[in-house]
Amino acid sequence: MVLELQKPRPIWQIMFSTHHTDVGLLYLITSMSFLFMGGALALAIRAELFLPGAQIIGDAMTFNRIFTVHGTTLIFLFIIPFASAVGNYFVPIMVRYKDMAYPKLNAIAFWMIPPAGALIWLGFADFTWYATPPYSIISAPGPAADMWIFGLKILGISSVLGAINFVVTILKCKHPDMSIGQVPLLAWSFLSSSLIILVAIPTFAAALLMLLTDRLGVTGFFNPAMGGDPIAYAHLFWFTFHPEVYVLVIPAIGMMYEIIPRFSRRPIFSYNSGVFAFVLLSIVGFSSWAHHMYATGMSFTEKTVFMVGTLAAVPASAMHVFNFIATMWNGRIRFATPMMWAVGGIALFFSAGAGGVANAAMPLDFTTHDTYWVVGHFHLFVMGTIAFGSIGYFYYMFPYVTGRMYNETMGKVHFVMSFIGTILVFFTQHVLGLYGMPRRIFDYPPIPEWIAMNQIVTVGAMIIGVSMAIFLGNMIYSSAKGKPVDAHDPFELGGKYYYPFEQKNPHH
Amino acid sequence: MKKKEYGRKMGGHSNWPEWIYVGIVIALMLWVGAEAWNVERLVEHVPEGAEVIKVTGQQWFWTFEHEDGTKEIGELHVEKGKAYKFEITAKDVNHSFNIHDYVVLMDAIPGRVNTVWFAPTDVGEHDIQCREYCGLIHYNMRGTLYVEEPSS
Repeated sequence: MVLELQKPRPIWQIMFSTHHTDVGLLYLITSMSFLFMGGALALAIRAELFLPGAQIIGDAMTFNRIFTVHGTTLIFLFIIPFASAVGNYFVPIMVRYKDMAYPKLNAIAFWMIPPAGALIWLGFADFTWYATPPYSIISAPGPAADMWIFGLKILGISSVLGAINFVVTILKCKHPDMSIGQVPLLAWSFLSSSLIILVAIPTFAAALLMLLTDRLGVTGFFNPAMGGDPIAYAHLFWFTFHPEVYVLVIPAIGMMYEIIPRFSRRPIFSYNSGVFAFVLLSIVGFSSWAHHMYATGMSFTEKTVFMVGTLAAVPASAMHVFNFIATMWNGRIRFATPMMWAVGGIALFFSAGAGGVANAAMPLDFTTHDTYWVVGHFHLFVMGTIAFGSIGYFYYMFPYVTGRMYNETMGKVHFVMSFIGTILVFFTQHVLGLYGMPRRIFDYPPIPEWIAMNQIVTVGAMIIGVSMAIFLGNMIYSSAKGKPVDAHDPFELGGKYYYPFEQKNPHH
Repeated sequence: MKKKEYGRKMGGHSNWPEWIYVGIVIALMLWVGAEAWNVERLVEHVPEGAEVIKVTGQQWFWTFEHEDGTKEIGELHVEKGKAYKFEITAKDVNHSFNIHDYVVLMDAIPGRVNTVWFAPTDVGEHDIQCREYCGLIHYNMRGTLYVEEPSS
């Protein structure tokens, strides 16, 4: 798998390849491009909210379109394809197979992403990533809304195809000498998240079709004017997208399981508890979806059931945190860039989880629901945990992919700035939510506390923006001019125990 | 014997700290859950004789109808010390009725009537806002709650 980029090949050879590392490279470049595009939209949102009144974005409609595409892009076009990139590179090697189980299906799953991304970006819909009816049916302007629906439809199919591929690769194509109990935790994370996708995604696929026919006026599933029920959509949506949260976070945790033992130079504290926590999370993840809907008028009993289901996910997540800390305990830790990102990600994962317990408690949810608290809370997961784990892993795999080393100092600067920025932005947003500022608003009344906190958040966001520019420069420069590395030990950790990737999968 | 060998293969350490840790986490969650259940049970109990105010959200303002039939738009006048029960619905798309200072939050959904209650304790003005995305002017779907001294 190493040194792919040191043997120059024409671009079409990579594009039309079905080899897992080539598809992985395509996933990687696509997802990182969308990271920067979605991040730029976030900076526009923050610049607008720096002061009350219209700043740089002239009108509310554009603002609404921007946060919709920001969310859709970073969830569906950055986080999920990035996980697929890592899975494509590493899962076949970890289970000692020559490729993914279905290489052509793999390439098809990838090539569905660019057209879907184009539909979402050219449409620029305005109904939030949640596309809630009846707004999305009777009020959202087309064709943007319809393009968004088709884009998500395509991405859903792509996810399902990718998930089938991972499940078959891990369960059926692993080396006969290898028992399922020896498969590395990263591959376990892909097995768990793929199984969640296969169970969860079809529900939303159905809801999207119903939304589309509702928009066409043919049906009225979710349209109260035609006897439909908007809450039914909320249930279908969250039945897919609460488990989807675990689809996003589990591979990132798996990536941390690769980074932390190596850079602590100790074996993982407990492989079994890691596997157990993955499997447990992927099951209890299905018992908590309606905690997003406490304020829709659910009965006391319903709320209680979903609160219990939500709290049940906490011990499993806590087991991962314990595992990481116990692994680092007494380890000879080398704080290279990937390790810093992973450790920072764990700290933020813990904070996000603690805030999530407050959300899950029924009475507190009515204070925090649909305020900036929630924005801060889930961004601590998607940015603080998932993007931190992913970027750490990106640094970790960089020498293997390019055969060159990134600039370590710049990597550390990137981490420190992003970590400070993330804390400034998302911790402050929690407090802003407690002061009552709603989500998804283009403008806010000049309440002094709101202004002060919005300014802190915007400054933090700009710090993250600068660090990401450093990151981009570092990656572009280092992939061409970086110091060539010894692929057997690019991070100079010493000891053969720590690298299982000796095997190379030749092109076929 | 066999178990011991297995343990050595898996890194040669016991897992008791993890069991204690998981036990503490589960105990914490049980406490949070029980407390939340208890508080919510009390909060949801609407006092008898609460005055009904019908709340209707539409793009992009709030309409209030008191029991005596008086209607208000964008403003709501209530009396200190009385209990009020809001019956909340919407005309077009989903909204969410919110008086943050009194932790009043309930979605306004067309075709449904959701209820929530509150009893203002102090004279003053408070913001009313929409907390569910409802389109173009969602950001300015605001109103004011006036809590006044009882008239009698």
